Amino acid sequence: MKTNLNNKEVVLKATNIIKQHIEKLGKPLNVMEFCGGHTHAIKRYHIDLLLEDYVNFIHGPGCPVCITPMERIDLAIELSKLPNTILTTYGDLMRVPGSYRKSLSDIRAQGYDIRMVYSCLESLQIAIENKNKNVIFFAIGFETTTPPTAILLKKAKQLKLKNLFVISNHVMTPPAIRYILSAKTSHLDGIIGPGHVSVITGTKIYEEFDIPIAISGFEAFDILKAINMLVNQVLKGEKKVENAYTRAVSKEGNEQAKRIIEETMEPRESFNWRGIGTLKYSALKLKKDYEEFDGEKVFNIDLPTPREHPLCICKDVIVGVAKPIDCKLFAKKCSPENPMGSCMVSAEGACAAYYKYAKVML
Amino acid sequence: MCLAIPSKIVEIFDNDMATVDTMGVRRKISLMLLNQKPNVGDYVLLHVGFAIEILSEEDALESLKAFEEALSYENELEQ
Repeated sequence: MKTNLNNKEVVLKATNIIKQHIEKLGKPLNVMEFCGGHTHAIKRYHIDLLLEDYVNFIHGPGCPVCITPMERIDLAIELSKLPNTILTTYGDLMRVPGSYRKSLSDIRAQGYDIRMVYSCLESLQIAIENKNKNVIFFAIGFETTTPPTAILLKKAKQLKLKNLFVISNHVMTPPAIRYILSAKTSHLDGIIGPGHVSVITGTKIYEEFDIPIAISGFEAFDILKAINMLVNQVLKGEKKVENAYTRAVSKEGNEQAKRIIEETMEPRESFNWRGIGTLKYSALKLKKDYEEFDGEKVFNIDLPTPREHPLCICKDVIVGVAKPIDCKLFAKKCSPENPMGSCMVSAEGACAAYYKYAKVML
Repeated sequence: MCLAIPSKIVEIFDNDMATVDTMGVRRKISLMLLNQKPNVGDYVLLHVGFAIEILSEEDALESLKAFEEALSYENELEQ
């Protein structure tokens, strides 16, 4: 019989096995779940409570909305104010506050044409139907979300569109893990690797890291399986990449998706991550062959220095040095209805996860 | 953002597009990111309008069930 991935009995049984292993270790296990989707799953299934005193979860930066720095939000806002412009983007970004607490949603309410898309390909149709306007797709996301943007670029080229542009804010996972490991902000025993990023990249990209890594899916049992792999590696003194999400992730990843990214995009020299700062070759820009679609080259926007909320500690939450509850604004001035920082906006943000699941428990 | 849900292909069009069923909701999606051509009835992982991987039916049904359970678990907590 196959395992039922969220069955309460199975979860409790797995939890007990992990606890026994950690007892052999004689100290709690410090685990970073890189991906914000995992932070939510850990909170949703109360895995942090089930493993309290056994596993310390340190929440990682795998939330594209959270790590997009404020100057990029300001850039999206200014681009949408250009004459004859339609800005398209994913819904997650709409409510992220830019400087002076203004978000794309606020700007849209003022009458600027900003459209949420489910698929970035909707931008093609919008561009075809609005030949007299510039359509700018503001792209965000890690490796999972990059291939769709690459397809959009290829289609725009095939259709010879002259009024479609892309602003790439696509970032890559390995440079962020490299940063976390070099910053040594907290001692990590292991990393739960992202599931859907790895569908694209494969598990191979983690082989460079000198730490136990287990790739996980998003159900309770997936995460427990990954934690168990990490404990066993620590007990044996191993540091390797294991895969607890074999139903979707392979060693090589999705070759077609990787090829299309490589055709259209290349690493940019540096990119500023909220909370982390500038990381070299950590993000992607459009290749020269696609520069006619590169919004950053076509539109010149002068931006003042961004103004973050002085009390928001999102930047510390992103790299795991602070927990959402350490923030003075948390659940007081800052809530998903009225977010002060990106970690409360995104469905993958650690603050949003704490707010949602703490609220249901109180 | 990086969430992806198993979805069943119900119709394939000749321009690499398909209609999928995700827990009762039907959508038109792109198949351009798949390494091989899927068939009607196959399950795929769906992310922002693109199929990113073909799943085995057994695995897909298992994670769909888990997904539905997670949703009902959340509703239970929120009541």
